[in-house]
Amino acid sequence: MTYRKLPTKSGTLLTSLVWGCAGLIVCVSVAMLADILMSGVSQINWAFLTQPPSDSGRSGGIGPILVSTLLILFVCLCAVIPIGLGGAILLAEYLPSASALGRSFRATLEILSSIPSIVFGLFGNILFCDLLGLKFSILSGGLTLACMVLPIFIRSTEQSLQSISNTYRHGGAALGMNKTEVIFQILAPAALPGVTVGLLIGVGRALAETAALIFTSGYVDRMPSSLLDSGRSLSIHIYDLSMNVTGGDANAYATAFILIVLIVLINCFTVAMKDLWMRQRGDIECL
Amino acid sequence: MSPLSRNGATTLSFFVCGMTCVFIMLMMLLFIFDQSYGFLTSVGVERVFTDKAWIPDSGFYNFIPMMIGTLLVSVGAILIAAPIGLGVAIFCNFYGGGRAARFFEQLLALLAGVPSVVYGLWGLMAVTPIIYKVKPPGASLLAGILILALMIIPTVGIIAKESIRRVPSSLINGAAALGLPREKIIFYVVLPSARAGLYAAVTLALGRALGETMAVLMVTGNVVRIPTSIFDPIRTLAANIALEMAYAADVHRSALFASGLALMFLVIALVMMSSLFNPKEVMRDIS
Amino acid sequence: MAIAQKIRWSLIMALVAVASTVFVSKALTTQKGTEKIIISGASTIAPLVAEIAKRYERENPGIQIDVQSGGSSRGVADARSGLADIGMVSRDLKASERELVDYPIARDGIAVIVHKSNPIQALSKEQIRNIYLGRITNWKELGGADMPITVVNKASGRSTLELFAGFMNLEPADIKANIVIGENEQGIKTVANSPGAIGYVSIGTAEYSERSGTALKLISLGGQVPSTQNVADKKYDLSRTLNLVTKGKPSVAVSHFIDYVQSASVKDLVEEQYFVSLK
Repeated sequence: MTYRKLPTKSGTLLTSLVWGCAGLIVCVSVAMLADILMSGVSQINWAFLTQPPSDSGRSGGIGPILVSTLLILFVCLCAVIPIGLGGAILLAEYLPSASALGRSFRATLEILSSIPSIVFGLFGNILFCDLLGLKFSILSGGLTLACMVLPIFIRSTEQSLQSISNTYRHGGAALGMNKTEVIFQILAPAALPGVTVGLLIGVGRALAETAALIFTSGYVDRMPSSLLDSGRSLSIHIYDLSMNVTGGDANAYATAFILIVLIVLINCFTVAMKDLWMRQRGDIECL
Repeated sequence: MSPLSRNGATTLSFFVCGMTCVFIMLMMLLFIFDQSYGFLTSVGVERVFTDKAWIPDSGFYNFIPMMIGTLLVSVGAILIAAPIGLGVAIFCNFYGGGRAARFFEQLLALLAGVPSVVYGLWGLMAVTPIIYKVKPPGASLLAGILILALMIIPTVGIIAKESIRRVPSSLINGAAALGLPREKIIFYVVLPSARAGLYAAVTLALGRALGETMAVLMVTGNVVRIPTSIFDPIRTLAANIALEMAYAADVHRSALFASGLALMFLVIALVMMSSLFNPKEVMRDIS
Repeated sequence: MAIAQKIRWSLIMALVAVASTVFVSKALTTQKGTEKIIISGASTIAPLVAEIAKRYERENPGIQIDVQSGGSSRGVADARSGLADIGMVSRDLKASERELVDYPIARDGIAVIVHKSNPIQALSKEQIRNIYLGRITNWKELGGADMPITVVNKASGRSTLELFAGFMNLEPADIKANIVIGENEQGIKTVANSPGAIGYVSIGTAEYSERSGTALKLISLGGQVPSTQNVADKKYDLSRTLNLVTKGKPSVAVSHFIDYVQSASVKDLVEEQYFVSLK
């Protein structure tokens, strides 16, 4: 249940402020999105989605770029989800919040989340492309993005784990479960909404990144034949078409349109999966 | 901390995961230090404050105007985004209804995934011309604040919405049973108990604002000077790195990494200041 | 379904998804030989070289050419360190870079642009110099409307800036800019949205934008009319050479490709990118 009916309804200042905020967001985002959608929709057809780009992207399509983007996203998520969950559980369950280690870990995450993306790109270039020998590849790009998304994901998951009341932990203990069982059987499912939130923001951040990927997954717009191939992402393509290639604006908007549709699809899918899991599990409310 | 017994192998894997993040952070720090070493030894930290301007070609490396620009645009953006994001979160939980909540979750997740290039483009085409009519040059601190606020509202909104949702119903029902009106319940009961999550939302958003590169580069004018009004152009540290990194060599390149270090110190300072708002004891024992 | 089963199912589905993506992409890529050439450098030249590379790959199966972006400095650094076989540099090599061999592939002129509504049609070098030094601040001083001049300059280190400043006898540090931009297109969009702006961008890009209806126009510079034709005919002085660079003598495959890039068979590709072909 995400909405709670409160019994009293008096007072108008807060009501109008809150409705105002919601309305403002809707208006501004609709203005921006409508702008993109209207400029881009004329280029979209099946050929656009499947053909490779030609004439520097001014004609042709974005087929290989879509595939590269999805592969980069997949690599990123494969790295983020296990490490992020582990880190969040560590932070929430094993490190007391007032301890020095816990506080410094949290501070570390905050600092990481504010480093400019171009620095991540250069870092990823040196670490993944040079030192680990992956060269310009989808793998390097995905792993670099994972480094960027990790702090947000961990913070969000940690928050939801923190907010689960201790009665559940004590209940589990009373039933004779050990700590690991409590985490996996009780806490993790209850924290699922927070994990979803972390995923949504993380995926959004990953798809939106440009500077970090230019130096790691590269500029090549050929269909990748493996994860070790260089591949351009949708955001790099949009940047190139709008800022670098003369006359690329029309396709830049069309690509942005496709990217927005992709984001909506992935987000709907994520929320649907969460609803499916929670419904089967039974809704765990924090009292 | 808990009476539950521990399962050795799983605990170890959690530690490994958590420490991976710290490891990444340390490597990142090492990387930035290593790259800025040349600058720090040959030019030195003092000149960052005392040089007359930022003219790397002539050997002048004053960071101060850019640090001020970064601070102003990020704090300005947070001052707008935090209330609005909070407003949207409150709206979704208490005013709008279940469908509004789901709609906003999707809308905010979508906005979080739109590439910064697109925000920058939209700002360049739609926002700066309007500001230009008020006072040239249009690309200014104000434009940066507005676009950046728009970019970080989704982060604040999604996380705040989730943390407010996690406030136990028993607290709210209790307050309602005492006869408190909706506004008082929200301000005196819900928000304080969701404080930890709200703090995470704001700091993550602030981090994103400080590190944002592409969009800020397109709308703030990128002139290195201390602004005297919000219509003046400014340059942020992150945009500076993006603008000049591609064409910088040796000491200049080192100086750019040193400015990345400066950005990290800014973040640490801001995090320490805002930790005054963070509750040290996490309220978990609610039953 | 128990959690463990769900996790197992999700893992299996994820593996299936990855396997199918990889399979599909493998099916759609033609098998290429192992010969690979890596090119990196200036983002201005990257689209052109990428298009030439695609045509070359079609005519010479067995060669794969990867073009990466990242800036002229990156092109020089990667060519030097061997990370790239060829570097792309959107300017002439500096004295300190002369151990590399350069191969000019195209020319690009720089035009001064103003907003379409600006009545000014031509400016002298001296006038532009004074505008950029901040000595002239209003269009009415030049016979235009009563509007403050918004000076648009390129970020330091860019070859366009260095060329412009050198041509105008200016020190880049002395330029009093109101807006500093990164890429050409950003300059175009900025000027097109600010009625009092003046800036400088690549001629080809400006010509194309003017033709497609963007709200800007090119103005004559010291009596010389900016156009790609004039750059080709050497009637417009403010221009630069776009180069490929290698370290020492390149391998057979690489020099074959460079010959191709410099040949007349790619003249149409050069002109499609609105540069001036050297052939």
